[in-house]
Amino acid sequence: MNDTISVCRVDGKITIDGQDIYDPTLDVVQLRARVGMVFQKPNPFPKSIYENVAYGPRIHGLAKSKSELDEIVTASLEKAGLWKEVKDRLNDTGTGLSGGQQQRLCIARAIAVSPDVILMDEPCSALDPIATAKVEELIDELRTNFCIIIVTHSMQQAARVSQRTAFFHLGDLIEEGETSQIFTAPKDEKTKAYITGRFG
Amino acid sequence: MNEHIVKSYEDELAQLDRKIAHMGGLVENIVGSAFDALELRDPGLAEQAIASDKTVDAMQHEIEQQIIAMIARRQPMADDLRQIMGALRISGELERIGDLGKNIAKRALTIAGETYPRPLMSGLRRMLDLALRQLKDVLDAYADRNTELAIKVRGADALIDATYNSVFRELLTYMMEDPRNISLCTHLLFGAKNIERIGDHATNIAEAIYYLVKGETVMEDRPKGDRTSSTLITR
Repeated sequence: MNDTISVCRVDGKITIDGQDIYDPTLDVVQLRARVGMVFQKPNPFPKSIYENVAYGPRIHGLAKSKSELDEIVTASLEKAGLWKEVKDRLNDTGTGLSGGQQQRLCIARAIAVSPDVILMDEPCSALDPIATAKVEELIDELRTNFCIIIVTHSMQQAARVSQRTAFFHLGDLIEEGETSQIFTAPKDEKTKAYITGRFG
Repeated sequence: MNEHIVKSYEDELAQLDRKIAHMGGLVENIVGSAFDALELRDPGLAEQAIASDKTVDAMQHEIEQQIIAMIARRQPMADDLRQIMGALRISGELERIGDLGKNIAKRALTIAGETYPRPLMSGLRRMLDLALRQLKDVLDAYADRNTELAIKVRGADALIDATYNSVFRELLTYMMEDPRNISLCTHLLFGAKNIERIGDHATNIAEAIYYLVKGETVMEDRPKGDRTSSTLITR
């Protein structure tokens, strides 16, 4: 998409396992299979619950048969903690679920292609506290198999959910470290001021 | 650092500091007047000190309740978190010092009618003045967030311990010289132990201040000079 905008400029470098993701020789489709994305507002496709999860594996050719695809869909929904709630209505439309369920469906969709990294942009900001807790619990379970990066504005969520925390301000990385150290004894004054609510 | 964007949060933290300072002042009074009561054989002063300790207990409870509420409501982070936890520790230490002062006052009531040998009292008075100095310094260190002063207090406890060692030996000798001294000397011994403990609590407060400011624990071993648990005089 960035290639179609002539004035688009990218600075710095992001690498996954040493590979620069903006390297022009990199296969973007492969990259998208390695990096999953969950958005702030749950955005299930206007398809059935089954099709939401099956879409990615199908286009990446990850299943050789319908039954393999079924297995992937089931496993993803189970890992996302949604299986029990939807197993009897896989053909219902994804948009008919509650907000929290929709978000878990989006997580199931992301993990269905077995990415290495899952990016989550404020995954719980549109959810009520109980749905939030369920997603946080899910993140805790998923972290054994996936590297998860979350953007959040909630200090408490960052403190609860993560092992390492990085603080960015106006595009600069200010401080990065072990979560308990960042929240009990941050090294940088800006970090301290931000997390204690002395500037925002 | 700037003030909190939410002013009421800033006010609550300032209020916590004021309560600790107030509690500290009360405790200094109790310890000072309890020992005066002992030295001057003044039961009235002793009763006052004992009664004041109730206020100290109530203050500790109030501080604790405020801290619990702040943790629930504010989810404090970083320096705020360390300040609040520090205040919790320090109010606990101050409450103990208040109790020790009250205990000295109670003994003052008990032995008010006895004659005290001067040398014994002067040893105890020296200990008490050192302990009161430690308490004052550590309360100043808290108010100013002064870690240098806190470390100094931590190191100075050795002098109280050394004085306690010699008071201990003196009291033992007295008791051995004449069994009629035993009652009085035992009370004075407990009094001396109480003062030594006050010194220890002051160093605990100093360590809490260090952690509050720096976010790390003081690592070097605290100089420990109390030798009384291995002191035996058998003549």
